[in-house]
Amino acid sequence: MRRMERDRSRISGGAGVNLLSRRHVLVGGGRAMLAAWSGGFMLGSAAAPGAAGAGTVHMPSGLAAGTLKEAVLDALPGKRPLIKLSWRPPNYETPVEYLRTQITPNDAFFVRYHLSDIPTIDAAAWRLAVGGDGAGGSFELTLDELKAMPAVAVVAVNQCAGNRRGLFTPHVPGVEWGYGAMGCAAWKGVRLKDLLDRAGIKKEAVEIVLEGADGPVSGGTPKFIKSLPLWKAMEETTLVAFEMNGKPLPHFNGFPARIVVPGWTGTYWMKHLVSIRAVTKPESGFWMKTAYRIPVGLFPTVARFASQETTVNMPITEMMVNSLITSHNDGATVGAGTPLVIGGVAWDAGYGIDIVELSSNGGRTWQHAALGPDLGRYAFRPFSLALGPGIRGRHTILARASNRIGQTQASQLIQNPAGYHHNVIQSLTIQVT
Amino acid sequence: MTMRRIALVAVALAAGCFTATAAEKPVELRRDAGRDRVEANCTACHSLDYVLMNSPFPSAAQWDAEVAKMIKAFGAPIDEADAKIIADYLKRNYGS
Repeated sequence: MRRMERDRSRISGGAGVNLLSRRHVLVGGGRAMLAAWSGGFMLGSAAAPGAAGAGTVHMPSGLAAGTLKEAVLDALPGKRPLIKLSWRPPNYETPVEYLRTQITPNDAFFVRYHLSDIPTIDAAAWRLAVGGDGAGGSFELTLDELKAMPAVAVVAVNQCAGNRRGLFTPHVPGVEWGYGAMGCAAWKGVRLKDLLDRAGIKKEAVEIVLEGADGPVSGGTPKFIKSLPLWKAMEETTLVAFEMNGKPLPHFNGFPARIVVPGWTGTYWMKHLVSIRAVTKPESGFWMKTAYRIPVGLFPTVARFASQETTVNMPITEMMVNSLITSHNDGATVGAGTPLVIGGVAWDAGYGIDIVELSSNGGRTWQHAALGPDLGRYAFRPFSLALGPGIRGRHTILARASNRIGQTQASQLIQNPAGYHHNVIQSLTIQVT
Repeated sequence: MTMRRIALVAVALAAGCFTATAAEKPVELRRDAGRDRVEANCTACHSLDYVLMNSPFPSAAQWDAEVAKMIKAFGAPIDEADAKIIADYLKRNYGS
């Protein structure tokens, strides 16, 4: 216990709030975390043997008092302890410690559900139905039949539209996410296009409607149904994925198959997929017409979803360019004896990260960080920059990513009713002593 | 490895094998008039940490809007009298 206490104080050492794990007796990962802590590019899998999770986890101090109080580390079946925001439906975010690598481990990947009836799927009994009034025919596939089709793989970031909602000022009601409603994985599956081609897409088809096996507990609650514009559904990288990082999808990430829409927010990545329908009229349910919408013209969105747009708002589509410093927590104290290496990950909607700039003086001057390996345009791109050595004092560190079409992270929060697309330049304070 | 740790690992493995549902823990709301209506109505669909997580920032109008959204958008079968009691409870205990 004594060793663990020491590790905990070193890991957490910063401002904000540290959560005590309800399972801290199982903690064995403190030293492994510290090894990954010291900067440089953070490559490969973070799945260090025995790393059951940190005893404490850092939460940004900008979250609401009630969020900070209610968030605890808790392990869902098959998962490491993640940050529990709600028990039912389960909404758990990934501690920043697990975002230090380009690939997020399956058992540390965030969990997000809207509705509470989440069945355990029997792989042998599972069927995927493909059809709809916009398709020439219909068919059903078993999991084995799906897996027998030509498969492709893509490394892609899956990020909730509301990631960082908890950091909005003023706060916006909803799931009060910190930084961890995201992860990056290698997804393997069948192209959605191949399934649609097999069904035969009519020229009148406008959208592809997706449904999962999970649903509401109350008959009056709208089922979670999403649609994609035909053009996006037909892209080469839009998949029906059955593998994540070389393993079957975890239950809480959509077993046995989910939609993967690289570049687009997580709301379209339907879990526990059971139905794909080509339709000739736009999907009109709550989750398309009312939820997940942004004001027209507010964000520099390139990817359009014309059949769902109105004069005032439009469906959220692609992610905004963004970055996260993962090497240090806000308020960390480090010794001046070694260079201060600031590192993290940057991502966008697939246009490609062009540069990541860091400032150590609150934004007065900026330096280009070195970029790490490129795992594809939809993946996390690591960045790293050594400051110092010998720069004593208190430093306000900012990270700012830009992509290849000239988009840069927001310098001011872009307020919007549901709290989406938070990509404000991150600022943290590091004390070098 | 201590016996306690072995026991906990065994429990964790058993949970992983036989169920994939989250082990929901009780959430205690502030004792005040109307708490029983909140518990009776809201927990049918979601755990009560949704309330705590969204506190104490919502204005009275935002709490009214949240309760109305649960009824109108999500079809929660809550009668008008209970809806008012619930909204008043939330504003009093978890509002800004």
